[in-house]
Amino acid sequence: MTRKDAANSATASVTEELARLEEIVRRLEAEDLELDSALALFEEGVARLRAARERLAAAELKVQAVLEEASGDLRYTKLDA
Amino acid sequence: MTLSLAFNVPSATDQVWSVGQLNASVKRLFEKHAPNPLWVRGEMVQCKVWSSGHWYFTLRDKRSQVRCCLFGLNAARAGKPPADGTEVYVLGRPGLYEDKGDFQLIVSRVLPTASVGGQQQELERVKAALQQDGLFDAARKRPLPKYASIIALVTSRDGAALHDVATVTRKRWPCAQLLVISARVQGDGAVGELVQALRLVNRIPRLDLCILGRGGGAREDLAAFNSEAVCRTLAEVRVPTISAVGHEVDISLTDLVADVRAATPSAAAELAVADRQDVSRLLDDLSVRLASGLGGRTRLGFERLARAEDRLQAALQSAVRSQRSRADRLAAQLDALSPLRVLGRGYAVPLGTDGRVLKRRAEFTPGRSFQLQVVDGEVPARVEP
Repeated sequence: MTRKDAANSATASVTEELARLEEIVRRLEAEDLELDSALALFEEGVARLRAARERLAAAELKVQAVLEEASGDLRYTKLDA
Repeated sequence: MTLSLAFNVPSATDQVWSVGQLNASVKRLFEKHAPNPLWVRGEMVQCKVWSSGHWYFTLRDKRSQVRCCLFGLNAARAGKPPADGTEVYVLGRPGLYEDKGDFQLIVSRVLPTASVGGQQQELERVKAALQQDGLFDAARKRPLPKYASIIALVTSRDGAALHDVATVTRKRWPCAQLLVISARVQGDGAVGELVQALRLVNRIPRLDLCILGRGGGAREDLAAFNSEAVCRTLAEVRVPTISAVGHEVDISLTDLVADVRAATPSAAAELAVADRQDVSRLLDDLSVRLASGLGGRTRLGFERLARAEDRLQAALQSAVRSQRSRADRLAAQLDALSPLRVLGRGYAVPLGTDGRVLKRRAEFTPGRSFQLQVVDGEVPARVEP
């Protein structure tokens, strides 16, 4: 994964972010990696850490009502709760 | 007889109680010994409903009877009083009406035993059926996701559950998305709406978790959460489920079917989402490990490089060494072939004045001068004339 991909994945859920981060750290710690791959993993890890922190800091709980339209489609409307 | 005298008239040291003190004291005694409401079974008779809404009635069995009152708010919820002579369960707290010194039961709930019997029977039937189909099996229970971010909440839109879940989630994990599927949770139509809502849950994409919840309410209102249809639909929800029906003590059948039971909707939210603080600490830890992980890799790289250098040097040295020994060997061979070595054995080489070696007899013309090269120098010589 390149850096650009890592930045794009800011839209991925924090769950995926954390899971990938844990994997990166595990690989860096455990595997006998070439220096090149280690550096690439490190870079990706740093980008993901930053993304996860930003998401955590900026997040605001979204509360929505889910309704079924006559057509059968789902409709989401903002809800104050 | 001082003793009896003492009881015949109050003495100066005896405390004299007022009626109010006596009643208050007995009332406290009741409160101390029966701090929680009790269920009492009996026949309900002589019920009088006052304009204030309060009910006053007598509860009796073959041997005894007790005065009961049910105050307005609870009475309104109870609906119409049952017919005189109906056998009922009442939930009440024994007490004393201080003004009159009357012992009474302050009742909060009245349930005809027949209705409860029917409800209980139905509950047992559904429970047995669900159990037989394995819906309570521990093996069916799915673990909750570690970091749920899209959460469905099936509950009444204007109940306390929504507010409670939203409050806790906002505090712990604000990156979550809370999707509310509204359904009536008690009364007529609740079962149908809950079933429909749970089916809708299965159509929401990328969902992590579903909470089925209800704020605190009356016990008999749990009926919808004991319904077979609701339980079976809950079992079919494709993401892990939490049942939070809002009762610490009473367990509903949805509690048994769901993957996890929470005592209240707030508790469900705590189980559902991670805590931002914890995750922040986890990120700190990961960042340290990331750096030291790379550090380890780099160190290893350097070590490898150093090892390679050492090996290269050793190889070079050994190459030099082997070349050198080859040179030495060649030198020795050369040495062995050197004419000087031959001279050392007593031979001499005749050299012309031009330095060429005189090899043939014809070159030694009479009277010719030449040099004789011996091991330690040259000797001038001449061919005899």
